[in-house]
Amino acid sequence: MTPPLDRLRGTARPKRHNARTIAALTGNPGCSRRAVLDAAGVDKPALAERIGFPGSFGQSRFALARGTAFEAMLKADGCALLREVLGVPAGVELGYEDLGADADHTLVERHRRTEELLAGTPGAAMVDHPLLTLEVAGQQVFLEPDLIAYQAEGRIRVVEIKSFALVDGQADGAKVSAAAVQAAVYVLALRTLVRRLGADEARVSHEIVLVCPENFTLRPTAVMLDVRKQLSTLRRQLIRLRSVTEVIDAPPAGLSFDPELPPSALIQALGAVGARYAPECLSACELSMFCRHEAAGTTAALGRSVREALGGIATVAEVLDLAAGRRESCDSSAPGPSAGASGQRVDAPDDAAALLRAAARLRAEALAG
Amino acid sequence: MSTLAALARAEAAAAGRAVPVATVRHLHVHERPLVLIPLAMAGEANAPLAAMVGCHPADPALLVVAQPRNRDQRFAFAAALGDLLCAYVEAHAAVAEPVAVDRGRDVRYRFAGAPQLWVPNPGGIEFLRLFGRYTRFRSEGHPAVPLLGRWLTFFASAAEVPGSALLVTAVQALSLHWATGQSSAEDAHLGSQLAWIESGAAAPRAAECGPPAGPATDPSFDNDVLAPLIESGAAGETAAVLREHLTPIWEQMWRTLDRLRGLPAGARVGSRWDADRDAFSAFVRHLADGGPPQPRRDGAVAAAARLHHLEAAAARYAVQRAFDDPLVMAEHRLTGAAFAAEVVLAQPDRIDESGRRPVLRPRILVRADEPVRVEPGAALTSPARPAQKATVVGITPAGAGRTDVLLELSGGMGRRLVAEAASVPAVGERLVLTTLSETFRPIAVFPDPAETPWTHGGPPAT
Repeated sequence: MTPPLDRLRGTARPKRHNARTIAALTGNPGCSRRAVLDAAGVDKPALAERIGFPGSFGQSRFALARGTAFEAMLKADGCALLREVLGVPAGVELGYEDLGADADHTLVERHRRTEELLAGTPGAAMVDHPLLTLEVAGQQVFLEPDLIAYQAEGRIRVVEIKSFALVDGQADGAKVSAAAVQAAVYVLALRTLVRRLGADEARVSHEIVLVCPENFTLRPTAVMLDVRKQLSTLRRQLIRLRSVTEVIDAPPAGLSFDPELPPSALIQALGAVGARYAPECLSACELSMFCRHEAAGTTAALGRSVREALGGIATVAEVLDLAAGRRESCDSSAPGPSAGASGQRVDAPDDAAALLRAAARLRAEALAG
Repeated sequence: MSTLAALARAEAAAAGRAVPVATVRHLHVHERPLVLIPLAMAGEANAPLAAMVGCHPADPALLVVAQPRNRDQRFAFAAALGDLLCAYVEAHAAVAEPVAVDRGRDVRYRFAGAPQLWVPNPGGIEFLRLFGRYTRFRSEGHPAVPLLGRWLTFFASAAEVPGSALLVTAVQALSLHWATGQSSAEDAHLGSQLAWIESGAAAPRAAECGPPAGPATDPSFDNDVLAPLIESGAAGETAAVLREHLTPIWEQMWRTLDRLRGLPAGARVGSRWDADRDAFSAFVRHLADGGPPQPRRDGAVAAAARLHHLEAAAARYAVQRAFDDPLVMAEHRLTGAAFAAEVVLAQPDRIDESGRRPVLRPRILVRADEPVRVEPGAALTSPARPAQKATVVGITPAGAGRTDVLLELSGGMGRRLVAEAASVPAVGERLVLTTLSETFRPIAVFPDPAETPWTHGGPPAT
């Protein structure tokens, strides 16, 4: 790691990136603040609490317990149940390699073993606790998929074990898409590894296996998910994130998120790295309460669709001035913090002003009865 | 999000208080609704933890599953909820009224009332849908359990029909009538949304710290409060904690109902409730005839018919809301599907004699001072005279941003060759004219399931 990054974090220990944080990054790729903090391994929950904007991002013990129990059940007796669910034909000897428990000090060794196993002859195998790496914003990030199933015909498949229920073949859409993005992160990392080993990246299947409990029981069932769409989104957004490296290579002098600093200094430091707040952040980022507070008075804080319907105008005050005719055209017509991925505006500024004036007139007329 | 609705949010944000987005109530509010707040156990597949339920604000019943992973307790909960819900629902199936069908040549009966369930949010509907799926196929145990399942499935499926008021969420009912100065993601928290409406911008942030209105509980509540209680098996204490947890949400639900009752009902709300009573009556009959439980998945024909029904209901609901409420119509005026104009010339006694028989076809000339985006030949309707069609004959710019539109009227003027009084707009009257129409659309005909075409999987296996 480069010294500037360590300096950003101060005396604290680094937090590790994982598939979930990468998936969250891709959910709001324009947010430099999140990219920088995650790249520097800053403990965001602690930071949020220190500056007086704590969030509640805990996981319920009940949910964790069920997830652990489900995974343990699948992997018991040399993955007997998992083999059955994956439809491994009888007679096929599917080896099982457990690369060891999740711990910081086993990272390098597990990654070496993962590489070794994948470089070996493509036999049938399941690799448990594998460790992959992916370059995110100029840094190597370690990733731990649930399992890699290494099938007989040499295709490598990522197996994602989730404990949400699949009832009559349907599951919570948000949970499935989160699982698909996470699995896509693993597929991307595996493909990078396979390429480095000199093999064809198509050996890693773009279809992942999602293993979930069926209906209202703990009986597992497996479904295939095609993650090609998630893969291309991910690739595009990881490229975007590289530009953030420039910020990290040359952070403003004295920029630091050391938890030992007083809250006022931390808030000032946060102000130096631009955020792109959207209400969706509230369920995805530990720092969102602070960013929401900071975004008060902007149309972005009301939601992306509201902002777009208001012609992309940045602040509430300006919207109301235009609507009331107190101002002729908008001068903050430059794309603001969330004017869409490509920075496009829905309307030309003057059209937006005319539309707002018409809307205000119609609204007043209808309310007057 | 329409520009008008977005502007309302901006106004609310600046004012620090929610602002109206409707001038009438677009939803039937039952005089004795059943409020139901379900809580689910985190991690489990839709395992109930508790429910607060009742038809009177002062008298909530609390059902608790002290050990949510215990199957017997789960079914005891289902039986208790089933008894409560079935008693409430069946009370509406007592009095029937005749309804004329087929232009008065026949008569059918529907119940004078129908039940109405209120849950806090869409998550509550999803919980009931899955709990209905969990219970409706059970044959062993308490008979109220499968019946509960079939009723819950009925309600959850009715909730998908736009404009139906059999199962309503407080969060959606509020946002149909008020815009807050926060995002819709934040509005999903009932306490926070209601605080914007009742007290203004300072309160919602505090309300966010209150309990979420289920069915998911807060992880820290699970970890710090609930987990120790479930482990220790202190059932009485668990019930007390859950009562305390649910009571503020219970009160918010009833305050929501009071707020909505304070608005005058839209003119077409009653006819939508009639349709709900029809659906309820049909389902009571289905149960009485010993019909089977709803299938796990619809077959191809049933799914297509349902989709058609949902699309027709959505279109009808959108038109009815616009006709009932000038503030909703304003959205259509902004997009060009409607315009307001003043009658400048009227020829109410014009007779068209070009056909076989003379017909009354009055013409009016209206002048609009807002953009008119319709073409000659378009059929327009005015909410003031929904039975009357106005066909655009010609459009002429009248200078200063104004437009003259010549219209030929048909229908809604009586059967004689002289228009009934006030049935033709008079000079000076201000009209809103729209391309939206309430005209009845024919119901599509679908094949018998046994005739399912191969494109849709062929006839189902029996």
